[in-house]
Amino acid sequence: MTEDFQKLTLRSKLAWDLLSQKPWIRVGTGLFGEASGSLQIIDEVYTAIKTNALEATVSEVGTSGLCYAEPLLDIQIPNRGRVIYGNVDPSNVEYIIKEHLAKGSPTKKFALATIDCHLEGIPKFKDLPMMKGQIRIALRNAGEIEPGDIDQYIANNGFVGLDRALSEMDPSEVLGIIKSSGLRGRGGAAFSTGTKWGFLAGNTAPKKYILCNGEEGDPGAFNDKAILETDPLSLIEGCILAGYATNATNGVVFIRHGHDAPIDRTNKAIDACYADGLLGKNILGSEFSFDMEIVLVGESYVAGEETALMEAVEGKRSMPRFRPPFPAAYGVWGFPSNINNIKTISYAPEIVRNGPEWFSSIGTDKSKGTAIACLSGHIKFSGLVEVPFGTSIRKIVEQMGGGDPNSKSIKFLQTGGPLGGVLTNDQFDMLLDFDEMAAAGAMFGSGGLIVCNQETSSVDLTRVLIAFDQMESCGKCFPCRLGTSHLLDILDRACLGKSLSGDLQLMERVGQNMKVGSLCGHGQLGYNPVASALKAFSSEFNQQMFGEGDIEIKKFVAPLHTRRGSQTLGETPTSIVKEDFTFEPKLEASQ
Amino acid sequence: MTTSQNVLREKARNAIETQPYKTITVLSSLLSVQDSIGWIPSEALEEVARVTSSTVNDVWGVASFYPNFRFTLPPKNSIEVCWGPTCHVLGAQSILQHILAEVGLENEGETSDQHLGLKLNTCLGVCPHGPVASFNHRLQGKMTKEKALRLTKSLMKETQND
Repeated sequence: MTEDFQKLTLRSKLAWDLLSQKPWIRVGTGLFGEASGSLQIIDEVYTAIKTNALEATVSEVGTSGLCYAEPLLDIQIPNRGRVIYGNVDPSNVEYIIKEHLAKGSPTKKFALATIDCHLEGIPKFKDLPMMKGQIRIALRNAGEIEPGDIDQYIANNGFVGLDRALSEMDPSEVLGIIKSSGLRGRGGAAFSTGTKWGFLAGNTAPKKYILCNGEEGDPGAFNDKAILETDPLSLIEGCILAGYATNATNGVVFIRHGHDAPIDRTNKAIDACYADGLLGKNILGSEFSFDMEIVLVGESYVAGEETALMEAVEGKRSMPRFRPPFPAAYGVWGFPSNINNIKTISYAPEIVRNGPEWFSSIGTDKSKGTAIACLSGHIKFSGLVEVPFGTSIRKIVEQMGGGDPNSKSIKFLQTGGPLGGVLTNDQFDMLLDFDEMAAAGAMFGSGGLIVCNQETSSVDLTRVLIAFDQMESCGKCFPCRLGTSHLLDILDRACLGKSLSGDLQLMERVGQNMKVGSLCGHGQLGYNPVASALKAFSSEFNQQMFGEGDIEIKKFVAPLHTRRGSQTLGETPTSIVKEDFTFEPKLEASQ
Repeated sequence: MTTSQNVLREKARNAIETQPYKTITVLSSLLSVQDSIGWIPSEALEEVARVTSSTVNDVWGVASFYPNFRFTLPPKNSIEVCWGPTCHVLGAQSILQHILAEVGLENEGETSDQHLGLKLNTCLGVCPHGPVASFNHRLQGKMTKEKALRLTKSLMKETQND
């Protein structure tokens, strides 16, 4: 252990002991909390403590993954465990706090779960249907500690991996650990992380970049945002480890503008690391120096693609570059770079701390470790579940997710985001596995599972996905730019009941051309959602497109940025979207 | 040059010079202007071009690419409705159409008195709470028709202090 880390550990132990001697109230107030109304809850908590002259520490934490029960109010009493209250209404906060803190009697009526204590009729936290079967590695601190608080993070085994790496290991040993752990990229491509880091490590340039991709424009996936708002230090530690293993000098976290909680908390965490010598020159007194910063990007789905991301970091339009040269040779600002998803990097600290054998003992043969699935849509327990690979989809959806909230049957899952595919109910016994899911035509992608019940029209959903793809196409490659527009036209016609006889074949042809003629995954996979839905629900498509009798026409107000934006469904789709920029720039160069 | 143009230029310059993150680019400068004054006036394009040593054309190329930026004064109040697949599956279209009818708009846009603007967002990022909308930049989950109409009406009534 380095001397510097020894000091930090001592400090953190003192802080943690102090914290556990007083009642501790945690409320999740990130993006997820905000959407569930927890900003009012935290205000009520402060008021209740003040007006009743109670003593307690109040922490604003991130989401615990149990989004369905948010806002959560988590009260811990020294030596008497924790009680978590779910679906808390602001009007009940004072009552709950007074009963629990002043009288010592938790209110069963509002309690969701307990930790380290017993409350008649209330389940233990780990026995909640959503928690049963989870192994939390990347989400180990979710809702547990204050995001960006170094002492609390270290008290929960934080920076142990980094300290060990810096004091006992060569960079090549760290790289070896990641390689033999079998960690694969969680962003969608599932490429071996160790191999990827190896590419960068092999480049001897003096300045190299580690880019952490938190763009996450994927609708339906929210695990990166959750990690950043709940435990940004995991990412930072992982990024420093990646830097050490590859001999890189700079780290960049890349987040979408407007997601304030993840941005602010990551920023705070980076500042705290600089203050404690965990970033900057000679980290923990070692020879290794590493700098880290945040770069924000505008709303652009394609900015999640690795070369488009580098363009965006440089402040340009996020359009993909030609490859080769690959990022490991010529990356951001021309420096060799390595790009990983936030989730992938957040696994590194625990892998280095516990060893590669520990990690590779979890999961399946080829997909090691855990996956963070994001459950949304028609599902009772929406939120995040971190399960080992090899868990069946049915278990995730029906047991952990609780199925449809109104007990309707689940028709299909949309997986892998807007470029992914569908998994029908009869495929749910499939095990969670990168390769097995890809073989079935559905990507696991970055983990979004949108659950759709029997009432969902797959044609209608496919149109929305393609509208998304069309709007988000950056426009660089014409097969993608025009292809997505064509597909949207055809699907619009289908939803209008105005399909032309050759439409199915036309879609297929357009899709094939997009696949071979596009630079990046956006165009290459752009036909995927249509192909996958067509395969699974061909009769539904046929009925909608060419069926006899009444066809339900659904009105669709699409954004102005899409091709169909200036019209609403019900009109013939012939004209192109009107100009929505009213501003005309001056064309002469500035002085 | 009018005073108001000078004021805008000054504000834009301030925003560019005080931007919070280390790496200064065309995009980061534009985001900073958008955050601090709420829109991108043509003066800001010129200022960004000056600071980043690029041309106004280059800056406009970036500004017009990302949907974050707007080039007219923002409305006093704003609603964003998510139309991503999760929210769509959970009935975002119906909520959107009710809001549109209440506000008196056909699609994204602003009321003629600039009191209220509506924007469709591809993903507000909190899918487990869908359908999601944001009212004056405060996220609201588990949206229903009733809740959406109530919040829309309260924004429509809201009087501005300025």
